[in-house]
Amino acid sequence: MTSVETLAAGPLFGLPLPELWFALVFAMLGTFLFLDGFDFGAGAIFATLDDGEARETVLSAIGPFWDGNEVWLVVFGGALFAAFPSVYANLFSRHYLLMFGILGALILRGLAPEMYEQRHDDRWQRWWGRSFVAGSVLAPFLLGAFAGNWLAGSPRSFTLVGVVVGITVTVLTVVSGAAFLRLKAQGALPGSVRRIGIGAVAAYLLSVVATLGVLAVRLPAGVDALLTAPVIGLVVASIALAGGYVVALRRGANLAALVAAAGLTYGLTAVVAVIMYPSVDPAANLAVADAIVSTLPLNLMSIGAALLLPLVATYFVVLYSAFSGPISAEEAY
Amino acid sequence: MIDPVLGSRLQFALTTIVHIVFPVMSMGLAPFLIYFTWKDIRGDDPVYEQLRKFWTKIFAISFVVGTVTGIVLEFEFGTNFAAFSTAAGELFGGPLAVEGMMAFMLEATFLGIFVFGRKRVSDRLYMISAIAVGLGTWLSAVWILIANSWMQTPRGYELATENGQTVVHLVDPIAAYLNPRFGFMFVHMQNAAVESVALFMAGVAAYYVYRHHVWGYPVEHVEFWERTLKIALVALLITAPLQVLQGDLYARHVYETQPQKFAAMEAVWDTEAYVPEYIFAIPTDLSQLTDPRAKELFGLGIPGGASWLASGGDPTAEIRGLNSFDSEAPPVAIVFWSFRAMVGMGFWFILLAFWGGYRWYTGELFEDGLLHKAFMGSSLLGILAVELGWVVTEVGRQPWVIQGILETSDGVSPGLTGTEAAITLAGFVGVYAAILALYTYVVARIIRAGPPGGEELESTPDPQNDGDTSPAGVTGDD
Repeated sequence: MTSVETLAAGPLFGLPLPELWFALVFAMLGTFLFLDGFDFGAGAIFATLDDGEARETVLSAIGPFWDGNEVWLVVFGGALFAAFPSVYANLFSRHYLLMFGILGALILRGLAPEMYEQRHDDRWQRWWGRSFVAGSVLAPFLLGAFAGNWLAGSPRSFTLVGVVVGITVTVLTVVSGAAFLRLKAQGALPGSVRRIGIGAVAAYLLSVVATLGVLAVRLPAGVDALLTAPVIGLVVASIALAGGYVVALRRGANLAALVAAAGLTYGLTAVVAVIMYPSVDPAANLAVADAIVSTLPLNLMSIGAALLLPLVATYFVVLYSAFSGPISAEEAY
Repeated sequence: MIDPVLGSRLQFALTTIVHIVFPVMSMGLAPFLIYFTWKDIRGDDPVYEQLRKFWTKIFAISFVVGTVTGIVLEFEFGTNFAAFSTAAGELFGGPLAVEGMMAFMLEATFLGIFVFGRKRVSDRLYMISAIAVGLGTWLSAVWILIANSWMQTPRGYELATENGQTVVHLVDPIAAYLNPRFGFMFVHMQNAAVESVALFMAGVAAYYVYRHHVWGYPVEHVEFWERTLKIALVALLITAPLQVLQGDLYARHVYETQPQKFAAMEAVWDTEAYVPEYIFAIPTDLSQLTDPRAKELFGLGIPGGASWLASGGDPTAEIRGLNSFDSEAPPVAIVFWSFRAMVGMGFWFILLAFWGGYRWYTGELFEDGLLHKAFMGSSLLGILAVELGWVVTEVGRQPWVIQGILETSDGVSPGLTGTEAAITLAGFVGVYAAILALYTYVVARIIRAGPPGGEELESTPDPQNDGDTSPAGVTGDD
């Protein structure tokens, strides 16, 4: 029992574990918003393609990846539950209908591509195509709304902050989706995808400005919450990344564009986390230091995460390198 | 509107009952797919490529539907059972988080390679992917059952009161997570999954074998279905007896650790010795026919059977009755009948396995039409038995969500309104009915289309196997 006593005595190696888990939870959310984000964005772009071959190409491009990408949401939920049980309980029950809206959208987005491939008649594919688009657009919008309400500490599910953050996240997924599709379907998709990406990144910057404006009015701390060095730094970095994204996409450096989109997504998530800290659930008045789980489970979880997350990263490297290079429309099963 | 407590319970019951179908399919198919992939890569027989490809299609759709319905469950602990999540998060959240990182990540990433990547990766990496996917599905069960077994037989914790609410603190992780109940549950569940899939495979294969050999219609790739039937039968011969033998030990463990649940399984109200194993029981007062907690029962049974089961061989052993517990009894009739139906099916599967094994031995496996019909009729019964087993486990532990610590009704989110609960419950009834219908439709289409052949295969199957053994004079109808 001595080892258990050691683990219960204090944080492992004296590390600031509550803060690390706060950062880790947001990093997981950001990873989900980037990885599944390009799947969502691909779904939105799917709506602009009429040609059956082009649509098949989009589905083939995300086919091997989306299920693994979506697991980041599961891991985010699990980590939040394990590290901040009361936040998980408060936050999810408070936004009850919103959570089920997200789940419904994810169900639609997950089933639609599988169903689309099952039959090759027009009517069937038109309907499942629409479902795929609806799920792909609604999921990031509602997730953004959830994140916005979380940050603003709103007890309600539908708020102005929620709507603007929802739009911001949805537009951002299109930014990632365009870069991803350019990378994975070189040549097989029309040039409009590139124009959509460039338009989306411009719209993204505008919606970030709108979000910051609304937050300045709605947050209890007002503009002061936003005029901090990390927030200003992240906004400036986002503008630079957006510029880099446009240049990369124009030059056909699609991987660089995708990396820039990843930077934008992590930047947005970091802004949310930075504004929220030291609270982890403003509506329930829970601070990171108070909401964190007791020391023993916290230490156990930290050991688990330290061992498992490098493995998880390896799985993703193996998966993405197995499917490196363009994916053709025939690569469906 | 609906009572939020009732709504949450019904919704959780509905979403778990539907969800479990898909993990049963994917966990049960996993060992078969690892075997098919191994044989295919070794190039032993072209039929293994067909087997791998065909069953991978069903695995993939099961996995996807399992993913989207499974995420719902993880979120429902927070949305509908916030009080439970706050109270038990310290013990319960950890296994869920580890499940995501250790198991779900492994299966979901390698699934991409396993389903889409045969031509892109080496044989070696493909084989690793098959094992990783299979291992991931089983590791998922490990962590989910660690969490569940702790709720059934909680250990290694300490109770505290914080902000007026009872909260569980972890003090001994080894006691909490290496729970004896976990071992019983894991073996029972994984064996059940393989057995259910074996029954499903046998049922589908029996249809084609019957069509070909008994009716005399030409069936494409009949050798594929013959092989499927034999492989499924081997799996059934191993899993069916094991399930009943291990189930017996498990029931005894339940008697020792959750006596209230065991009393409900046997409908024992008063503490008695020499308790019969009822095969059948109805309320003596017919006005109580619809009351799941009716107490005056008339039953027919094996004398001393339940005592014998509980004690491991002593027909005179005493069984503690439901009246002796302070908490309300679970809905006894549901638990009692689910347990009987599950056990009955368990014995039927053994009989079916031996019947099939005997026909194989006598060389009449492909000729016994009655056996084929029995397999066809039993193709979904394995999954049904799993559902009923979970009903026994979960309904049987009511009113407790954590045995002896927290009642389910106290675990529901305090802020949840009846309108919200009604909206999502109605939504789930519709959406999950649609999901089940779509899944059935897709799986039926895959089965009707049959295994891939000709150009779809990398290796060419032996043309002699392609259904040219049909009797002369019979023309194909499709």
